[in-house]
Amino acid sequence: MTTEDTPRAADVVLQARDIVKTYGGTRALKGVNFDIHRGTVTTLFGENGAGKSTLMKILSGVEQPTSGRIVLDGEPVAFATTNDARDHGIAIIHQELSLAPNLSVRDNIFLGREITRGGAVDYAEETRQTRALLEEMHLDVDPSTPVGDLRVGQQQIVEIARALSIDARILIMDEPTSALAAKEVEILFGIIDELTSRGVSLVYISHHLEEALQVTDHAVVLRDGTMTARGDRAEIDLDWIVRHMVGENFDLGSPPDGYELGEPALQVQDLTVLDPESPDRAIVDGLSLDVRAGEIVCLYGLMGAGRTELLEAVAGRGEIAGGRVLLDGQELDRGGIRDRIGRGIALVPEDRQRDGLVPTMSVGQNLTLASIRRFLSRGLLSRVKEKALATSLIKDVTVKAPGPQTPIGALSGGNQQKVVIGKVLATDPAVMLLDEPSRGIDIGAKAEVFSLLADHARDGLAVLFTTSEVEECFSIAHRIIVLRRGRISAEFGPDADKADVMAASGEAVAT
Amino acid sequence: MTATPAAAAAGEKPTKSLDISKLLIEGRAFLALALIIVVFSLLSPNFLTVDNLLIMASHVAIFALLSMGQLLVILTGGIDLSVGSTLGFSAVIAGFLLRGVPLDVFGVTLYPNVFVSVLIAVLLGGLIGVINGVLVARFKVAPFVATLGMLYVVRGVALLMTNGRTINDISGDEGLGNTGIEWLGFNRVLGIPVGVLIMAVVALIIALVLARTTFGRWLYATGGNARAAELSGVPVKKVTVWVYVIAGLCSAIAGVILASTLTSASPTAGNTYELTAIAGVVIGGAALSGGRGTVRGTLLGAFVIGFLSDGLVLVGVSAYWQTVFVGAVIVIAVMLNSLEYGRPRRTKQPTAAPADATTTS
Repeated sequence: MTTEDTPRAADVVLQARDIVKTYGGTRALKGVNFDIHRGTVTTLFGENGAGKSTLMKILSGVEQPTSGRIVLDGEPVAFATTNDARDHGIAIIHQELSLAPNLSVRDNIFLGREITRGGAVDYAEETRQTRALLEEMHLDVDPSTPVGDLRVGQQQIVEIARALSIDARILIMDEPTSALAAKEVEILFGIIDELTSRGVSLVYISHHLEEALQVTDHAVVLRDGTMTARGDRAEIDLDWIVRHMVGENFDLGSPPDGYELGEPALQVQDLTVLDPESPDRAIVDGLSLDVRAGEIVCLYGLMGAGRTELLEAVAGRGEIAGGRVLLDGQELDRGGIRDRIGRGIALVPEDRQRDGLVPTMSVGQNLTLASIRRFLSRGLLSRVKEKALATSLIKDVTVKAPGPQTPIGALSGGNQQKVVIGKVLATDPAVMLLDEPSRGIDIGAKAEVFSLLADHARDGLAVLFTTSEVEECFSIAHRIIVLRRGRISAEFGPDADKADVMAASGEAVAT
Repeated sequence: MTATPAAAAAGEKPTKSLDISKLLIEGRAFLALALIIVVFSLLSPNFLTVDNLLIMASHVAIFALLSMGQLLVILTGGIDLSVGSTLGFSAVIAGFLLRGVPLDVFGVTLYPNVFVSVLIAVLLGGLIGVINGVLVARFKVAPFVATLGMLYVVRGVALLMTNGRTINDISGDEGLGNTGIEWLGFNRVLGIPVGVLIMAVVALIIALVLARTTFGRWLYATGGNARAAELSGVPVKKVTVWVYVIAGLCSAIAGVILASTLTSASPTAGNTYELTAIAGVVIGGAALSGGRGTVRGTLLGAFVIGFLSDGLVLVGVSAYWQTVFVGAVIVIAVMLNSLEYGRPRRTKQPTAAPADATTTS
């Protein structure tokens, strides 16, 4: 029996002690202590890459800690699999829903642990239990409805119902509200209240800080794999969280100055992009904006505001329903990505694993992929020239890699991101679009990426980057454009008020 | 997303024993071939003779040509099941042309010369590749399904053209000026069968294309991550169409050589050869998920299969046992492949990765 330094040890359902997790040479968690109290909501705050998801994966058995121990109800436990954790009453609801859209609500809830009688699935009993669960969740759908027919918010509730159906005592929710409408968030919070009053303990992870403050009882803040603060609801506020999340010496740079901005390099006029899922909805709705040569513009908005779609349309990917894109005053025709890269518009995509990197290729090959013609010699690739280019790019974007031959998978997230940026810079762009360039990289790498962008802006590059971390708007951007439901809802200078920016994005709706 | 940490771990310093096993895995096709040669040399004095080696090499040439086309398709993450049918089809086309094309309207029969006949047969193989490629790249039909369909369609057309019968006597007639098809199957240049030389030339060209051209780099990128390749300006669709075209051309060349060797064109020629071609690529170490593989490996793979079958014939093992052996080799090769590339990567699936956990610098 371990009674550690926690004042109310009796209340503590689960204790994680000195949890260390390393991936290759990277330490994602550096000895974290974490308690979950019975019948309360504990919120885990931290930036991308702080280690929140890693910690939750360890608590739910998805991953095993490199060292450290987990104590559940006073007993040391180890979860080899998610089933292990589930048997101990710990369930996780992932950011990405893990439901099978082709199966019904009932089948999803009982997936993998079907109720059987005489070898056959007892559908009647499953339906009965599902109905009871859904009623508890105030979700008015038929158990036989395919999950794919439900709205995302409803799916989220189905996922919660599934977790409860296994009598979860500890429920981990990773960004549960990111896809919910305001009304659905209210319902979710109602459910959370009911759960805690029944003695279920919750761990809550959210980027919506105000929203999380509404439901939380305790807060734990992680930064760079270390716990930086812990507090009860009464002791904490927004400032407290932000201060501990980003650290005292948080500096992502300032807008580069001392030079004149040039003419508008990129002009977007009345751009409309339809939602491919429901074509009667415009995801980018008649939007216009300019970015001048040497200017850095930050595009801030919530998930689903249309940031990614806007950047992809400008980069030449996908169909646009209307509007024009101009480069240096010249209208671009509908040529694809290749054409746009050739003309000087290049995109650093949001999801670097999915869209940015070729995992089977080396660092060097990834860096030079978009600029192969730079090392052609009489029609053939010149190994000497390629190596020279790759080596100089590695130096330019300060990738920490032994050499161009290093497999891309051996690099950390921050360095992988620099490779993607280096690849785009090698095409010698006039306009650089970056979709969440800081996603999943640590603070140090973030600062390096921003200073890299600032340097190139000084040389005349027009930079348009998106972020969902409001802090990052106040780094190198000369201008902050707030996007809300496919339209520009406000525009700010670098000295704007953080709260105003957030309000303009619609973030305040949830509070 | 468990792939990233695994990949990161791969960058760690390997131990010495790991080095040896790594070497064994990487050189597996070569070692297998060496083993086959040693074993059969001991079993039969006729195995390791120049004559036998050349005969076996000309058998291998057919498979190697199919495999090399298949390699390009597999490198992009696709698969081409129609190569065997294309082989049979182009053989029939060549045979058909050499027997003369009756033009009923004019009441004459046209006898194209050998060069024209072969060229047409090969180009039609390329056309089948165009159809495959367009189905896959433009109409988003899964490569397995598109080329499976073409496997049937093309074979059916070949059977229809000949009513199911083999076209015999395709040697042409001196008077009609269409002789010379035997050159491909029977002649030797500098003592080496023409088929083997063609295989070598095709191998050199494809190896050069893969290693030293933009197209080659695009091809590897497309197979490694098509979305990332596209966003880097790689014309992914064009690349995809072209690999199927090249696979079709390679199959057609193999078909013409086979017809020449047999001096007849059977509409059922090349039946199930698509599987042998895939086996060659896999034994040669290419990943079926795309992005990894070399011409050298694929050639070795084709030689392993060819030498193994011919060796078994030579020592008098029944044809049924050959099938068992070849199958076993394929399974072992795939097992070794999964050892080399680790667990299947999931990075290609479009999951918005919880970047949080996997990628902290």
